[in-house]
Amino acid sequence: MFKLLKNLKKIDYIFMLLILGLVVFQVWLDLTLPTYSEKLVNGIMGKINMNTILVNGGLMLACAFGSLASAILVGFLVANIASRLTYNLRRKVYDKIQNFSLGEINKFSTASLITRTTNDIMNIQFFIAMGLQALIKAPIMAIWTITKIVNVSWQWTTATAIVICVLVLMVLIIVCFAVPKFKKIQIMMDNINRVTRENLTGIRVIRASNAEEYQNAKFEKSNDEITKTTLFANRVMGIMNPGMNLLMSGLGLAINWIGAYIIKSPLEIGSITKYMSFSMQVIMAFMLLIMIFILMPRALVSAKRINEVLDTPNSILPGKFVDDNPDGKACVVFDNVSFKYPDADEYVLHDISFTANEGETVAFIGSTGSGKSTLINLIPRLYDATEGRVLIDGVDVRDYEPNSLNKKIGYVPQRGVLFRGTVKSNVNFGDNNATDDTVANALSISQASNFVSRMEKGVDSSISQGGTNVSGGQKQRLSIARAVARRPEIFIFDDSFSALDYKTDRKLRSALKKHTEKVTKLIVAQRIGTIKDADKIIVLDNGNMVGIGTHDELLRNCPVYQEIALSQLSKEEL
Amino acid sequence: MPRMMLSEKTEKGSFKKSMKKLLLYCKKFWWWIALSMIFGAVGVTFQIIGPNKIQDLITLIATGLNSSGVDLAAVGKIGIFLVCIYVAGAILSYFQQFILTTVTQKLSKKFRHDISHKINKLPLNYFDTNMFGDVLSRVTNDVDRVGQSLNESIGTLFHSGLLFVGVFIMMFVTDWILALTVIGATIIGFAFSLIFMTRAQKYFNQNQKNLGDLNSHIEEVYSGHNVVQLFNAKEQTGEEFDKINKRLFTSGWKSQFISGVMGPIMGFVGNFGYVAVCIVGAILALQRGGIEYIGIISAFMIYVRLFSNPLSQIAQSLTNLQATSAAANRVFDFLEEKELSDESGKTLVLNDVRGDVEFDNVVFGYNENKIIIKDFSANIKAGEKVAIVGPTGAGKTTLVNLLMRFYEVNSGDIKIDGVSTKDLTRDNVHKLFGMVLQDTWLFEGTIKENLRYNTENVTDEQIVDACKKVGIDHFIQTLSNGYDTVIDDAVNLSAGQKQLLTIARTMIENKPMMILDEATSSVDTRTEVLLQKAMDKVMEGRTSFIIAHRLSTIKNADLILVLKDGDIIESGNHEELLKAGGFYADLYNSQFEEV
Repeated sequence: MFKLLKNLKKIDYIFMLLILGLVVFQVWLDLTLPTYSEKLVNGIMGKINMNTILVNGGLMLACAFGSLASAILVGFLVANIASRLTYNLRRKVYDKIQNFSLGEINKFSTASLITRTTNDIMNIQFFIAMGLQALIKAPIMAIWTITKIVNVSWQWTTATAIVICVLVLMVLIIVCFAVPKFKKIQIMMDNINRVTRENLTGIRVIRASNAEEYQNAKFEKSNDEITKTTLFANRVMGIMNPGMNLLMSGLGLAINWIGAYIIKSPLEIGSITKYMSFSMQVIMAFMLLIMIFILMPRALVSAKRINEVLDTPNSILPGKFVDDNPDGKACVVFDNVSFKYPDADEYVLHDISFTANEGETVAFIGSTGSGKSTLINLIPRLYDATEGRVLIDGVDVRDYEPNSLNKKIGYVPQRGVLFRGTVKSNVNFGDNNATDDTVANALSISQASNFVSRMEKGVDSSISQGGTNVSGGQKQRLSIARAVARRPEIFIFDDSFSALDYKTDRKLRSALKKHTEKVTKLIVAQRIGTIKDADKIIVLDNGNMVGIGTHDELLRNCPVYQEIALSQLSKEEL
Repeated sequence: MPRMMLSEKTEKGSFKKSMKKLLLYCKKFWWWIALSMIFGAVGVTFQIIGPNKIQDLITLIATGLNSSGVDLAAVGKIGIFLVCIYVAGAILSYFQQFILTTVTQKLSKKFRHDISHKINKLPLNYFDTNMFGDVLSRVTNDVDRVGQSLNESIGTLFHSGLLFVGVFIMMFVTDWILALTVIGATIIGFAFSLIFMTRAQKYFNQNQKNLGDLNSHIEEVYSGHNVVQLFNAKEQTGEEFDKINKRLFTSGWKSQFISGVMGPIMGFVGNFGYVAVCIVGAILALQRGGIEYIGIISAFMIYVRLFSNPLSQIAQSLTNLQATSAAANRVFDFLEEKELSDESGKTLVLNDVRGDVEFDNVVFGYNENKIIIKDFSANIKAGEKVAIVGPTGAGKTTLVNLLMRFYEVNSGDIKIDGVSTKDLTRDNVHKLFGMVLQDTWLFEGTIKENLRYNTENVTDEQIVDACKKVGIDHFIQTLSNGYDTVIDDAVNLSAGQKQLLTIARTMIENKPMMILDEATSSVDTRTEVLLQKAMDKVMEGRTSFIIAHRLSTIKNADLILVLKDGDIIESGNHEELLKAGGFYADLYNSQFEEV
């Protein structure tokens, strides 16, 4: 938490000083107001004239207004500090995550990073806004008021002290019993969610197995659990309100009752009303303190989660080499590359060496988990090789300045990823400044012109968040167009053709071949048909390169390749 | 309250309607609710008597001080009376809360129970048009919201309402001028706070919207992290983030500010009344010269708080109830959805079947205007392997859904061993088919539980035996707890392994016919060979229906039906269809053509 507070700026500290001053002023007003009411009440008993009433009444009113005004000012300052802190924090966390590599992202998981950037930071904002004010105000209010009342009468002081002790004790006990239950309820809610989700996703299986009752029984169990726990927690929490009312009224009565014994002159009767106001102030101060303690744990957890992100070192550091004269072609070399994930024991790739010459098509095939995707992820440095080197035009990818490296690469991920905007903004994504012609050309190569022209506004048609308004195949074709429009030196297709039907797949590949002749293409694929005519096919099995060559060569000398081929085509077809 | 007044008539209508439904829904608890109300009413009465007695007490002290001395015995009597009343009041209002909590939780439980059961009674097409997330949020968020706010609002509303009325009356009984003063001051105070309140909603909505924007932007950028990074788009997306972040800063501090000063403002309303009572009280005392005014003023100082607090609480409860009504509406909408037809009257039972299946002029569409299956007829003999192929949207899966009676045919008939499936219960039809689907469905539980699932009388040996047959036994043995390993996120099962488990499950169910719907689509081709072997074992001697995307999987089927736009356009076995050189041959050959 304190670490996060270092993000406060100079102006925030000035604001805090202002808040301190205003709070002192406010507490002073709140403590002055009852003295005027005391005067009025005492005046009724003795001699009072209209003038006194109006003067004292006016002063009271001034106190009330002044207190409100400073409370509003404090509220303004606090809201400002809290929002600015979270504004900066959010920016910092976002930037940090933007520079994460795939390894760091996977360590946290995307979903968790999203909550850390949004919810956790909001929790901090909430805590600062509520807590900062309380933290400044409560001690001042408590101590000041206590000094005012402690000398008036020891009987009243004792009564007030007892009420405060009971109050604090009551709240603490309730919180101790109820809060753990509330945490449990959250987990049980997840359970209910899970069972229901299970029920929904498996609906066809469940019906086919006539297992409705089986599912119902499971749900009922979770339902019972959550009802019981919530009941307990709410019943405990229910004590809070009546208990507090009882204590407050009790204190009021006690002050009056005691007053009957200790007040000796009719002119002092106003001190009862004054004392009553003061004792309420003290109780308020303690309530504020209790509130901080209730809010604190949640904020601390959030702070910890944010710091975890900020403290994670970047595993992939940028190089310096900038290619000033890109020639539109590139040669990729893997030089004895091995790779394992950080913290893992086993290598995912063992000692891979090959060369993809300028303009060549190199394909990678193998069963799931054989390391195909990992291998090509080493080229754009989504991961760095553990051993060995990956070279582009003779320079280690780790030595490239990241933007310069990325400019050489046209990457198409496994699942089409689109962003909110238009078709055009998606094709012309990032630092690419392609002309309209280039965009149109890219769309036509990726076989997307047809469906784009059928969309309402053509290339200016909007794409919703995550590309949910186009189909999976269309998404994939647009993300291929995005890579093509970049006019890169190297294409990387990470199993990008699987979402396409055979015919589109074929048309797309022949268009690519025709229009991007010079570009080196690296293709991960599942279908033999997709890669049959590649210049080189590299067969991977459990991270080892077990074959390299053309389709015909591999059919003759690579058993793993034969196996894959046979599973898709019959002997005669080969 | 302002929100209530602004809301349109229709909204009011739906508010009334959902509240009425809610009332009827908790009929079972009416007596309990009534009891809790009675407790509450008595509690409030005690609370209102309090200031009145304090007034007596102060008057006693004041008059006593002015004359011979305070009558301590009389003071003691009042004190003890008040202690009793306060304690009794606290106990009563706790009981009120206790009963209300119990009722609302039981109600939430009933809601969840009913929704969960409802899921299993709805026709499948409901889930085609509605998102899972939507149903899920009804079970959790909406029910929770109804429970929470009923728990808070109903009690508060009732309590505050009574308190408000009670204090109102008591004030006028005590002193009408001071009563008017309090009411006037409260109204002025509230008018003042309205300046803020009316703006609050606007800023809250704005803030909520900005938060939503930020969320979706972050979600998009984080999940597309690779693409953002490799296309050097960090700056571009960062600019967008900055814009939203700045907007959020502005709306954030504004709404934070407003919700932060709400408390002081309400405090001010109370203070303002307090001051007014002091001034007016003093003037009254001056004019009428009464020591008893000390007592009255003291009582009114308490009345001011009792009067202004419930007002804001009522306003808040009403806003809360609006949210409740929206949530309750969503829950009721779901509970009132049309259910599957009742089949308790059907007596025909089909147990041991040979496996002849006949489609007889089947016509089906999800709605009348959009017919998906047009006049489909086919005759399948017991033990045959039938493959259904065709482009996406041709109606392959629909056909299987009709066979399982997940949907009802518009016209025509499907017969099993000559018996129309319409004459059988759905449960009976389901008992005849084992299904393996593309999405492998396993739940959080042990492997054994997943395999046994709903099948009765299955021995452990039978389970192991099935796993051996499909070839997953060895893998299960390597897991830390073998068959008792709990399947959750921690256990990494590949798509192929999951599918082998569901095949084993289907094998254990041991049903007379089989349906395989794209069972191997989500695995790579080598795993597919493994699955294919396992499925061949399951299909042995059973009438089987196979839907496949990859044509290699169905080459050995006895009968291939080529479906296009809801019609069979070709049928025959692989060789025949290739020779015919039609749609199937075209589809098949396109995978080998040279670029």
